[in-house]
Amino acid sequence: MNAYNESASIPILTANMLTKSYGSAPVLNCVNLTLPAGRIIGLLGPNGSGKTTLIKLAAGLLTPTSGEILVCGRAPDEVTRGLVSYLPERTYLSPSMRVSETLDYFADFYADFDRVRAVDMMSRLGIDDSVRLRTLSKGTKEKLQLILVMSRNARLYLLDEPIGGVDPAAREYILSTIISNYASDSTVLISTHLISDIEAVLDEFLFLRNGGIVMQSTVDDARERYGMSVDALFREVYRC
Amino acid sequence: MDWHIDGSEALYLQLAADLRHAIICGALAAGSRIPSVRELASDARVNPNTMQRALSELEREGLVITHGTSGKFVTDESGALDGARQRELLSLALDFKSRAEALGFTVGEAAEYVLRHAAAERTEQI
Repeated sequence: MNAYNESASIPILTANMLTKSYGSAPVLNCVNLTLPAGRIIGLLGPNGSGKTTLIKLAAGLLTPTSGEILVCGRAPDEVTRGLVSYLPERTYLSPSMRVSETLDYFADFYADFDRVRAVDMMSRLGIDDSVRLRTLSKGTKEKLQLILVMSRNARLYLLDEPIGGVDPAAREYILSTIISNYASDSTVLISTHLISDIEAVLDEFLFLRNGGIVMQSTVDDARERYGMSVDALFREVYRC
Repeated sequence: MDWHIDGSEALYLQLAADLRHAIICGALAAGSRIPSVRELASDARVNPNTMQRALSELEREGLVITHGTSGKFVTDESGALDGARQRELLSLALDFKSRAEALGFTVGEAAEYVLRHAAAERTEQI
C-alpha cells in the first residue's frame, strides 16, 4: 500500500479473548484486536473504559485474567519489555533527579535508547541538563518524558494520555515529536480523551466502552462513512 | 506551509487541497523538490500515511512527480499546472453561482456586480 507498512507481517500487538478483572467486575471483557506495524493508533474512550488497563497489559505490568495479549507474537516477558516503550499517565521519575540523570537512567535500562537523539531534542528545547526535575514546569516535564520514551528504538510505543494537562503549544510539540520519531516498522498506541487535538495524527482509532471495543476504523474511513470528524462521532457514540 | 484541517471531510482530501493550492499559487514552486512525507506530516501534525495519500492524489492529477529515489517534485509542465488552475477556477465559479443563487440573484447579476465593484475600486485607487 505504501512505504509505512511494508514490514506488517507480524502484528505488533494482538489480543485474543483478552479479559482482565479486578475482583468480580471485568475491566476488559473478551477483547480481540490486531495492530499491524507502522501505524499510529488512538485508544479512545471515556474514563473507566479500560484504556489504561489495556496499556498496562501490553506493557507487561498486569497479567490477563483470561485470554492472551501478544507483543510481536510473544506473551509479555523480559524480551517484549525490551520492545515496548511505555509512557505512563503519571511520572515515575523522581523530582530530585537531574535531567542528565534521567538520561543515564534510560541508557542503563534500555539498550535501544538513543542518547544522542534525546540530547539533541532537549537542547533544541533549551532544557539545561544539570537542573533537577522539580524546577521544570509541568509542560516541560511532560515534553522531557516524551523525549525519553520516543528516543528508544522500540517496536511498540504505549503513550498513556501524553497530552493531558499541557497547554496547546506543548501539545503541538508533543504531537510533532511523535510523528517525527516513530520508526516505520513500529507502532504507537496513544490513549486519550482529547480527540479533536489528536485525530489528524492517527491512522486508526479504537473506541473502548465498558471494557470492549465498540468501533475500530481508520480516521478517513470513518469521516467518509459517517460524514463527521472522529471527535463528533465520539460524542455521538458516547452520548450520555 | 499553511494547513487547514477541520470539519468532517476526509483528512487526505483537505491536505491534498492545501498542497494543490500551494502549488498553484507558487508557494511550492514549479519543478521544486517537495519535502519528505515525514517532514510535511510533522509540519502539519498529521499522520504520515495520510500525508502520503494526499501526495498520491496530487501525483494522480499530474501535479507531483516522483524522480526515482531522489524524491517527489512539483511538475514543471505548464499544461498540468494550467489544468489545475482551470479546475480551481471552475470550482470557485460553481461555488460563486450557487451562493449567488441562494441569495436570490442570477449568476449574471452577481457577475455584473463584481465587475462594477472592481471597476469602482480601480477608480478609487487612481
